[in-house]
Amino acid sequence: MVNLNIDLGAGLKLQNPVMTASGTFGYGREFESLTDLDRLGAIIVKGTTLEPRQGNPYPRMAETPSGMLNAVGLQNKGVDYFIEKIYPEIRHYKSNIIVNVSGAKVSDYVETARRLASLDGIPAIEVNISCPNVKSGGMAFGTTCAGSSEVTEAVRKVWPRHLMVKLSPNVTDITEIARAVEGSGADSVSLVNTFLGMAVDVERQRPFLSTVTGGLSGPCIRPIAIRMVWQVAKAVKIPVVGLGGIMNGRDAMEFILAGASAVQIGTANFVHPDATIRTVEWIEDYCRRHNITDFSTIVGALNR
Amino acid sequence: MNKPLLIEFEVTCVDRSGATARLTLEPVGGVTMPMPAPGQFVNILVEHAHNTFLRRPISVNFAEPGSLMLMVKEAGEGTAVLVNSLPGDRYNILMPLGHGFTLPEKPEKCLLIGGGVGVAPLLYLGECLRQRGVEPVFVLGARNRKELDWQLPDFEKIGKTFVATEDGSLGTKGFVTQCPALDLEADRWYVCGPMPMMKAVAAAARKRNVECEVSLENKMACGLGACLCCVEDTADSGNVCTCTEGPVFNLNRLKW
Ligand SMILES: Cc1cc2nc3c(=O)[nH]c(=O)nc-3n(C[C@H](O)[C@H](O)[C@H](O)COP(=O)(O)OP(=O)(O)OC[C@H]3O[C@@H](n4cnc5c(N)ncnc54)[C@H](O)[C@@H]3O)c2cc1C
Ligand SMILES: Cc1cc2nc3c(=O)[nH]c(=O)nc-3n(C[C@H](O)[C@H](O)[C@H](O)COP(=O)(O)O)c2cc1C
Ligand code: FES
Repeated sequence: MVNLNIDLGAGLKLQNPVMTASGTFGYGREFESLTDLDRLGAIIVKGTTLEPRQGNPYPRMAETPSGMLNAVGLQNKGVDYFIEKIYPEIRHYKSNIIVNVSGAKVSDYVETARRLASLDGIPAIEVNISCPNVKSGGMAFGTTCAGSSEVTEAVRKVWPRHLMVKLSPNVTDITEIARAVEGSGADSVSLVNTFLGMAVDVERQRPFLSTVTGGLSGPCIRPIAIRMVWQVAKAVKIPVVGLGGIMNGRDAMEFILAGASAVQIGTANFVHPDATIRTVEWIEDYCRRHNITDFSTIVGALNR
Repeated sequence: MNKPLLIEFEVTCVDRSGATARLTLEPVGGVTMPMPAPGQFVNILVEHAHNTFLRRPISVNFAEPGSLMLMVKEAGEGTAVLVNSLPGDRYNILMPLGHGFTLPEKPEKCLLIGGGVGVAPLLYLGECLRQRGVEPVFVLGARNRKELDWQLPDFEKIGKTFVATEDGSLGTKGFVTQCPALDLEADRWYVCGPMPMMKAVAAAARKRNVECEVSLENKMACGLGACLCCVEDTADSGNVCTCTEGPVFNLNRLKW
């Protein structure tokens, strides 16, 4: 028997280290017939904001070598709709439900987190200070230590349970931001969000995305993401959640050995809708093959 | 509605004409294929192309218990691999997806108007209508005779078929909108084809005040309503997913 449990602290206990990345798995139920929603470490739902958002105009997506650019722009129906209409339909899943929180102003993050705090069944929120697809706020907070700290401190005051902060890779030194967030009360950090990118339709001589630039995700970003996770894991004491281009268990294990206590699977869900559960099974088999009885002992093995 | 499943299919037959091919596929290993509704599509993984990463959405051209047909036209690398498939090739397919055409409750006069590879979903729609006692009438547009004549017998088996070709090599010369068949009395139009063609037909439908549904081809990633990449801006609800609320939309919902 392999024990895949992992405790990220502050009440966030996972049955295994595999979570879904926000914005790539809807609210879980879209994948009900394709993967076992009771067997994931956590389902991190679509970015949620205080007010409903229509997102950016179409086209919002361009395929790129081994990945894709997106400019969805946080389309969602707002936190109240989530609480009243969506959460009651997904709360029965045995996987943890984590809400990804976004905002344009610090007060938006705070109010969204405050309203979510009323849902006892939600063990954690993931604060997105790194969305490259909204004009104000979003990534602007995540690219400076002061901005990252300001959001984290403010949310910390109203959010009583596990506080995960999602970092932007579009910075010179991601370890500085990670330390700032740790110092402001985060219980864990997740990284990376998408890289700012761009693609041009040469026949029509215009950008593919309505917003010109967008967020790059998928296997093309994986080596950079792993490098950043490795650096951050050495720089902070709180747990690190790794993501960026994970397609399968082997990819996930790269992040785990580099220092990630858990992983998130994003873009892979679009290509292999059963990628999450297959990753759980692969990791279990890996542990068996390597005579590891307790998954947590392998986390960050490279750094020891 | 049938929930989407991941199913491994094997190509059993390939009919090719120029840059277009019709693939017949059967599930591998005795797996039961959920029957799609007309207008639904599949999302197919093309693993042997160097630069394709995401799945490719393709409409259901025809379906029978245990067998699926797809009509694919080469548009880039992914579709090129599909068009050049050989019997025995295998594909991982996510299906059935999306919200298809509305079938009339009582017998109605229906016109099924297609252009280019957009004629593909109309074949299956026609068959489903016929099974419900509706006599479908097809109005099909193509560039030339070669593009369409190999498919015509399949349509003619199901319903009366009118043709328009741009070069006049088959049927009426010109676009489908210039085909006299559009003046036939109809309660409902179903439309699928290239964007300029669909917009022209939609304008004609508005003028005649006929109920009209169109099938969109917005760029997609997941096909499941999870990524929100494929949205269409609707008059009633703003941005909605083409892959779940569509690809078929009532014209009244669109801001065309
Ligand atoms: C619901 C739906 C049903 C479809 N049904 C069929 C079908 O039955 N038969 C068929 O041949 N094609 C169909 N298509 C279009 C098909 O999915 C695209 O042609 C294909 O994805 C292009 O992939 P590629 O790798 O060959 O080309 P790429 O190299 O990806 O692109 C080549 C060209 O095609 C354009 N393109 C890419 N994706 C799409 C898209 N989704 N829609 C329109 N143009 C696109 C690109 O902008 C580019 O100009 C459908 C699309 C959708 C969304
Ligand atoms: C279509 C799409 C939508 C996304 N939406 C969100 C979001 O709402 N909030 C967020 O924090 N990250 C969002 N992301 C970023 C992913 O959660 C993830 O950080 C990123 O895609 C890198 O991981 P991946 O390569 O495994 O996809 C989105 C990514 C994609 C591709
Ligand atoms: S393609 Fe992902 S939501 Fe439609």
